[in-house]
Amino acid sequence: MIEVKNVTKRYGAVKALDDISFTADSGEVLGLLGPNGAGKSTTMNIMTGYLSANEGTVLIDGVDILEDPKEAKAKIGYLPEIPPLYPDMTVRKYLEFIFELKKVRLPKKEHIDEVMQVVKISDVENRVIRNLSKGYRQRVGFAAALLGNPPVLILDEPTVGLDPKQIIDIRKLIKSLGKKHTIIFSSHVLSEVSAVCDRVVMISNGKIVADAATDKISETVSGEGMLALEVDGSASAVREAIGSVTGVKRVTKGAGMSYTVEYDSDVDVRRGIFNALAKANCPILMMRQGGLSLEESFLKLTEGGED
Amino acid sequence: MTAIMKRELGSYFNSAIGYIVLAVFYFFSGLFFYLYCLLSNTESMNYLFLSMLMIVMLIIPVITMRSFSEEKKQKTDQALLTAPVSLTEIVLGKFLGAFLLFCLCNAIYLLYAIILMFYGTPDWAVLFSTLLGMLLMGGALIAIDMFISALTESQIIAVVISIGVGLLIYMLDSLSGIFNVEWLTNILHSISFDAHFTNFINGIINLNSVVFFLSVIGVFLFLCVRVFEKRRWS
Repeated sequence: MIEVKNVTKRYGAVKALDDISFTADSGEVLGLLGPNGAGKSTTMNIMTGYLSANEGTVLIDGVDILEDPKEAKAKIGYLPEIPPLYPDMTVRKYLEFIFELKKVRLPKKEHIDEVMQVVKISDVENRVIRNLSKGYRQRVGFAAALLGNPPVLILDEPTVGLDPKQIIDIRKLIKSLGKKHTIIFSSHVLSEVSAVCDRVVMISNGKIVADAATDKISETVSGEGMLALEVDGSASAVREAIGSVTGVKRVTKGAGMSYTVEYDSDVDVRRGIFNALAKANCPILMMRQGGLSLEESFLKLTEGGED
Repeated sequence: MTAIMKRELGSYFNSAIGYIVLAVFYFFSGLFFYLYCLLSNTESMNYLFLSMLMIVMLIIPVITMRSFSEEKKQKTDQALLTAPVSLTEIVLGKFLGAFLLFCLCNAIYLLYAIILMFYGTPDWAVLFSTLLGMLLMGGALIAIDMFISALTESQIIAVVISIGVGLLIYMLDSLSGIFNVEWLTNILHSISFDAHFTNFINGIINLNSVVFFLSVIGVFLFLCVRVFEKRRWS
């Protein structure tokens, strides 16, 4: 659905993006993750044709954004970091303008009503945008992106500056939209990405440092399987029992009763560990796959990029 | 393109600018109409139009000052540039929005002509050729000032530079007399808005002048498009 191929963007001598490539399939929710200034917004601006890349191509549904910008842009709904709202217009007037600007061919009034209901702004339709709160403005921008039902949605940090209730609403909205649209959304909030996205692309200093399914991302970091355990029993007995299982490479003891086990990712060692610990009479209180949480992978990857 | 034009025209009247522009234009044209037509007992509107030139030079920068600078500042240009419309359509839409407001200003002359009908017979042919000249010249100024607005993020800078350029254009004809260099005088005279406009006011629709104003419009709108194009690469 979306293909970003070898995109490089320079601002003067500074390389903002360095040979970035990734794809998003139809119906996928892809998270673009990275610290501030990593190049997320630049990537999105290039994908939507607002900026041009120095090298590389972006294909939206097979259409090159530079060669056939009109057709490619018609397939995209874009919500930039700061929603591009005209403060002197009312919400309805603004959405009507975007509707006409995008040359949407759906019944005008019904479609705008429907989109306003989806993002819950029907109650402010006649208010002037200047007087709206940040949360409402964000949702008006969201509504503008949704107009015309574009197959691709590109959302740049859609939850920044919202209150927790609104954040949850927006996440729910993204999840429900993900069934019908291909969504790329950027964030530096990790819990958000793990809650909403199927796949994560991590960017640090203009380079892609990881590209994997959300639950596999920690494996990509360490290169092998990881288990987090909480086991009751003496440390030496636990180490010995786990160490005896085939496939286990290393056992590290954390704080209290927690242990991290690194193992060969080809074998599933969980049953073996369970049996060994049961034999040693050390009850397992907790077992979780993926030793590193998304937070830890994120830090490990982005710090690694700075060395 | 029509969407942008409609929004542009609407935005003048969502804020005070549209009303202020119309009020100032109507006030001065009414004043000059009273002084040069009614008080002087003449049905010729030439003095009225010539006196309005200065007001036009001052008022067009106010019409165009926001067109691109404000979009850039509010980041609303992102909505336009990521929508399935070409840069040419964006620039043309904005130009037509400003141009329509200027047409609305000039519509008042028709009312003055109707008032004159009570006292005599206004020369409609000359009036229409003058109006055509006024609109062409106004269009050319709008294109120049829009280009200036596209270069900056600040409305104030846009309006000050535009007024400066407007005054310079206004003075070109008199400046051309100062220099004793013949080729320079010729060049200045041939790009003087004043000199071209005088043709129209005398009831002469000179193809040279029409082409001159249309080319100015074309060149500066093209430059606006290039400014946008360049920004994508920087």
